[in-house]
Amino acid sequence: MTQAINSKPKFAGLFSNWKNWLGVLPFFLFAFLFLLLPSLRLFVGSFTDANGDFTLDNIFQLFTQKAILDAYWLSIRISAVTALGGGVFGFLLAYSVTVGGLPKPLRSMLVTFSGVASNFAGVPLAFAFVATLGRTGLITAVMKEFFGVNIYKTGFNLYSFTGLSLTYMYFQFPLMMLIMAPALDGLKKEWREAAENLGATAAQYWIRVAFPVLLPPLLGTMILLFGNAFGAYATAYALTGGSLPIVTIQIGAQIRGDVLHNPGLGYAMAMGMVFIMAISLAGYTSLQKLSERWLR
Amino acid sequence: MMSRLRKFPFWSWVWFILGAVYFLLPLYSTLDFSLSMERDKISLLAYQKAFEDKEFLATFGYSTLLAVMTIIASIVLIVPTAYWIRLRLPEARRITEFITLMPFVIPAIILVFGMIRIYSSPMSIPFTDIDLIKPLTMTKFGTNVLIVAGYMVLAMPYMYRSVDTGMRTVDVRTLTEAAQSLGANWFTIITRVILPNIRSALLSGALLTFAIVVGEVIFASFLGVKAFGPYLFLLGQHRAYEPAALSFVSFLMTWAAMGLIQLFTGGQGQTAGAH
Repeated sequence: MTQAINSKPKFAGLFSNWKNWLGVLPFFLFAFLFLLLPSLRLFVGSFTDANGDFTLDNIFQLFTQKAILDAYWLSIRISAVTALGGGVFGFLLAYSVTVGGLPKPLRSMLVTFSGVASNFAGVPLAFAFVATLGRTGLITAVMKEFFGVNIYKTGFNLYSFTGLSLTYMYFQFPLMMLIMAPALDGLKKEWREAAENLGATAAQYWIRVAFPVLLPPLLGTMILLFGNAFGAYATAYALTGGSLPIVTIQIGAQIRGDVLHNPGLGYAMAMGMVFIMAISLAGYTSLQKLSERWLR
Repeated sequence: MMSRLRKFPFWSWVWFILGAVYFLLPLYSTLDFSLSMERDKISLLAYQKAFEDKEFLATFGYSTLLAVMTIIASIVLIVPTAYWIRLRLPEARRITEFITLMPFVIPAIILVFGMIRIYSSPMSIPFTDIDLIKPLTMTKFGTNVLIVAGYMVLAMPYMYRSVDTGMRTVDVRTLTEAAQSLGANWFTIITRVILPNIRSALLSGALLTFAIVVGEVIFASFLGVKAFGPYLFLLGQHRAYEPAALSFVSFLMTWAAMGLIQLFTGGQGQTAGAH
C-alpha cells in the first residue's frame, strides 16, 4: 500500500523531468554522434576479425606483437620521463615563486608565461627546438664555436628519445607549475609555525609536514602530465617525421594505410591507448580529491 | 627562529633563472634564425616571404574561419545546455561534466580515427541498401562539418568549464525570473540576458578555442583539409627560414590569446592544447 502511494508522485516527477531532459538533448546527441559513436566503433572493431565475427585475437596480439609492445613501451618511457622531469622541475619553479621568497611580480610573469608555454605545442614548438638544438641550431652552433664541442658528436640527437623528451618538457613543466602553485599557496603558515614551536628544523618541517600534504597533488599532476605526453602526436610527428615509433605515430600510420595489415589490431591499439588515458585521468581525479582534504 | 630572518633565496633564484632560460632560449633561437635569411645582417625577409605566400593566406584564412565556426557552434551548443542544467536539470550535471572530460581520455588521434571509420561509409537505413546520407568524408561540406565537430570536441572541456564558471557568478535563476516576468521568451533570455552576463567567460573560452584550432594538425591532416597546421608542417619540409618566422608568429599569437584571457578573467592562466 505505502509503496503505491509513494510511487505516484515519484512517477509524476519523473515524467515532468522527462520533458526537462529534452533541453539537453542537442548536447547529448552531439556527444553521441562525435564522441561516443566513434569510440564505440573502435571498441567494437577491436573485438572483430576480418570476417566480422567476434574475436579476442586482436587483444591477444596487442600483447604479443613486438612492434606494438615496443611502441607502447617507448610512449610509456617518454611520458614517464617527461612527467617526472617536468613534474620535479615544475614543482621547484612553483616553489620558488610561492613560498620560495622571490619578489611577487616574478610570479605573475611566470604564470602568464606558463599559460602560453603549456599551450604552445605542435608544429611551431618542434620548429623552435630545431632552431635551438637542431644540427644548425643556436645552442649547437654556440657550443661548437665557443666551447669546441660538437654536441651531435657526443651522441646527442634532437630527433631521438632525448630530443623529443626535451621538447615535450616545454609544455610539461609549465602545466605542473600552473597546478602546483595554488597547491603550495594552500600550505598554511600556522603549520610551519606550529612545527617550529615544537622545535622542528626546516628540513623536518618539509619532510614530515609539507611533503605528505603535497604528495597527492604532486603525484596527481604528474599522472596528468603522463597522459598529456602519452596522447601527444603533432609535436612528435613534426619533430621526427614519424621515425620515432611512439603509439600515436603508429596509430597515425595505421589510419593512413593499414600498416599492421589488420584493421582490427589497429582498433585494439587505439583502445589500449584510451585504456591507459582513462587510468591516468582516474588517478588524477582521485588524487585531486584526496589533496582537497588539506589544501584549500 | 632561523627562518624569520630569511636570507637571500639563492635556490629559488636558481630554479627561476633555469626556468626562464628554458622558456626563452627556444624562442630567442627561433627569432634569431628567422631574422637571418640574408647573410650577415638582420632582415625581415623571411617574414615578408612567408606572408606573401598565397598558400599561407589561404590556409591561415581557412583555419581562422574554422576557428570562428567552432567558437560559434560551441557557444550555441554549450550555453543553452549549461544554462538549462543550472536552472532545471541539476541531476544532469554529473553526466555532463563526465562527458566534457571525455576528450582528455580520447586523444585527438583516436577521435579522428573513429570519426573517419564511422563517417567514411554511407549512412543507410538499417537492414536495407538505401543510403540516407552520402559519406561525410566524400563531400567538402561534410568534411567541414566533421572537422568543426572534432574541434568542438577538443574545445569542449575548456568551453564548458568557462561557461559554467561564468554562470556560477551570475544569479541565473533570478535573471531568468525577472526576464520572464517582463514577458521574454527563452530565445530572448539566452541571447539578451544570459550571454551578455557571461561575456568575459565566453571570450576566454573563445580565445582558448582559437589558440587550439588555428595551429591544429591532426584533424586537418587526416581529414585532408588545407589548413594552417598542415601547411606549416609541409613548409618545414622544404624551407628553412619561413617556418621559423611563422613559428615565432604562432608563439606571439598564443601569447596574445593567453594575455587577453588573463585580462578578461583576471585570474590564473588556463591551459589546453593539442600537443
